[in-house]
Amino acid sequence: MIRVTLPPHLRKLAHVDGEVKLNVEGPVTQRSVLDALETRHPMLRGTIRDHVTQRRRAFVRFFACEEDLSHEPPDAPLPDAVATGAEPFMIVGAIAGG
Amino acid sequence: MSGVRVLVGTRKGAFVLTSDAKRERWEINGPHFAGWEIYHFKGSPVDPNRLYVSQSSSWFGQIIQRSDDGGKTWHQPGTPPGEPTTTPEGMPKGESNKFVYDTSPEAGKPLTTHQWYDGTPHPWEFKRVWHLEPSLTDPDTVHAGVEDAALFRSTDGGQTWHELAGLRGHGSGPKWQPGAGGMCLHTILLDPSNPNRMFIAISAAGAFRTDDGGKTWKPINRGLHSLYIPNPTAEVGHCVHRIAMNRSRPSVLFMQKHWDVMRSDDAGESWHEISGNLPTDFGFVIDVHAHEPDTIYVVPIKSDAEHFPPDGKLRVYRSRSGGNEWEALTKGLPQSDCYVNVLRDAMAVDSLEKCGVYFGTTGGQVYASADAGENWAPIVRDLPAVVSVEVQTLP
Repeated sequence: MIRVTLPPHLRKLAHVDGEVKLNVEGPVTQRSVLDALETRHPMLRGTIRDHVTQRRRAFVRFFACEEDLSHEPPDAPLPDAVATGAEPFMIVGAIAGG
Repeated sequence: MSGVRVLVGTRKGAFVLTSDAKRERWEINGPHFAGWEIYHFKGSPVDPNRLYVSQSSSWFGQIIQRSDDGGKTWHQPGTPPGEPTTTPEGMPKGESNKFVYDTSPEAGKPLTTHQWYDGTPHPWEFKRVWHLEPSLTDPDTVHAGVEDAALFRSTDGGQTWHELAGLRGHGSGPKWQPGAGGMCLHTILLDPSNPNRMFIAISAAGAFRTDDGGKTWKPINRGLHSLYIPNPTAEVGHCVHRIAMNRSRPSVLFMQKHWDVMRSDDAGESWHEISGNLPTDFGFVIDVHAHEPDTIYVVPIKSDAEHFPPDGKLRVYRSRSGGNEWEALTKGLPQSDCYVNVLRDAMAVDSLEKCGVYFGTTGGQVYASADAGENWAPIVRDLPAVVSVEVQTLP
């Protein structure tokens, strides 16, 4: 079970409280986690990644295990602690403009 | 008893203001979509319960919201949560927030570049929806004007969006450039007498018209004179801020340009200036009385650098002669120390017997006049900065 935390705006949009728990088939990567998240909550499509390029939106960042994973390749494996559900995969709105 | 519903988009959410036909007592409902920028919020003219909202954020992009019950409940009209996002055949289902420029070989146009502020080529990038214009006949059909400038249409109530690529690709696109607010398509006027005719305006490209339902487009900027571009009378490049028409006379158009208030009597084929005795002809909004097609309203703003009313006096100016002769309407509006702006989509009129006029300010006030501008009163004073104001006249 993968745990994902969303910023408040996206939690509201997806009608979820707290963490989202997802089953991910195969390797646990940014791409597979986001694919599973968007399948469960299709209204999040386009809010985290661009619809066409699938690139992370500029003001969105990814953290896990106290590491900034925003610039990791989308198919790189996420830390074991995320894959086992010990730690959440955190989707965070960048702090910009105060 | 009839009434009005004022739909207000602000920098931090949407608000619904309702009143009976007297327009004296108001109920304020909101914020909806709190914390998001609401560039536009408009109802269907054929089904007043059908409302569309453009909800956007620099962080999380563009969302389209829809209400089918007059704003009591809202949903994104794409694939519902929990349902597969693809059909059994593997095709993606509707996603209400998906705006992708059409570059398909069948209907689309190649994505060229437009001009950046410094004149260099810049790639086309979708940013947000500035304006939603529901169809005059079908509640499921709605147009969206977007930044970077293009026109989209949905025929399934906002589930899927398709670009009318003939506009962006008609030929002058590489010469378009952004205004200070971005390169936005902000005005969409549907001709009630001709379903194939539509007018749009882009900052800073100018006005365009289609006579074949959106397949082909032509610039309609003859007569505009803009000193801030290399050729002041160029076919495109003008910073048109807003166009308005009266439904009973759709070939007569009124325009608030960056500077200059203009009028066309031939569906945009040519324009002439009607700024007349205005204290300044810079501004953003322009609108037309619902029943008197020669009565028009503007809110003069000091200049392109000083986005506030001249002399700190918030004045709506009205012409009852189709332009040139203007009178200041001040009763109930602040006449000292007022330094708000009124943005391009933030004025609207109702169609009650005594035409109501409404506008919102960047200071968060929404003012209403129930007597065509003679007297004004704030409906609400302390909203977030107002971006758009629309009105529904309810049966």
